[in-house]
Amino acid sequence: MSARPKLDYRAKSHLSYFAYACHRFSGLLLACFIPLHFLMLSQSLRGAQGFEKSLALTNFWVFKFGEWALVILLAVHLAGGIRLLMIEFGPWKGLRKGWIQISILFAITCGLLFLYFAN
Amino acid sequence: MSAGVLQAKLWYAQRISAMVLGLCVAIHLAIIFYAIRGGLSAQEILGRTQGNILFAIFYEVFVLACFVHAPIGIANILQETFPRSGLARPLSFILALLILVLGTTAVIGVFTGGQL
Repeated sequence: MSARPKLDYRAKSHLSYFAYACHRFSGLLLACFIPLHFLMLSQSLRGAQGFEKSLALTNFWVFKFGEWALVILLAVHLAGGIRLLMIEFGPWKGLRKGWIQISILFAITCGLLFLYFAN
Repeated sequence: MSAGVLQAKLWYAQRISAMVLGLCVAIHLAIIFYAIRGGLSAQEILGRTQGNILFAIFYEVFVLACFVHAPIGIANILQETFPRSGLARPLSFILALLILVLGTTAVIGVFTGGQL
């Protein structure tokens, strides 16, 4: 695989390019976050008290905001990923633009649900 | 294995793991919304997971699917963005190792609650 092809503004202004960019961005950030998430959860090996000390970090607003953003990114990556699988493995019906809109709505809904439940 | 065959195999592995992850992430999102009501506490999390073999199996499958899926994606991004740097392979191997080791440790941690 070499460098990605140069795209001009017509390709980049396409809705599918937006979907591609969102999928890349969310996937990259999720991949960076996952080892940290596992590191935090593995503190449970220290027992409930040791685990609680690590969880106390999540009370800081920066971490709360980060969690909220990650839930939204996870929702974007999930719905965008289903769209990709349908394009690649399903019967050919074009670029499934409806799924891009569903992804955006799904991510907004998940973000709002998080805010509702997290007080 | 030629570069083309390797690329095709990696593409397929990423898509198959994506199908597993699709289910896992949907269930995980539902668990997140359930778990965050009233804030997170160690007692509450361990109360759900400690000794619960179904939780442990589900999350280990989740970890294994991430272990396949994420490093392939990172390798693709690095290879396309920095084609001549040679970063794609070592960095994606490090990520794969981190996910497998830390993820399995986390699953063992929440399953045993530190009482090994």
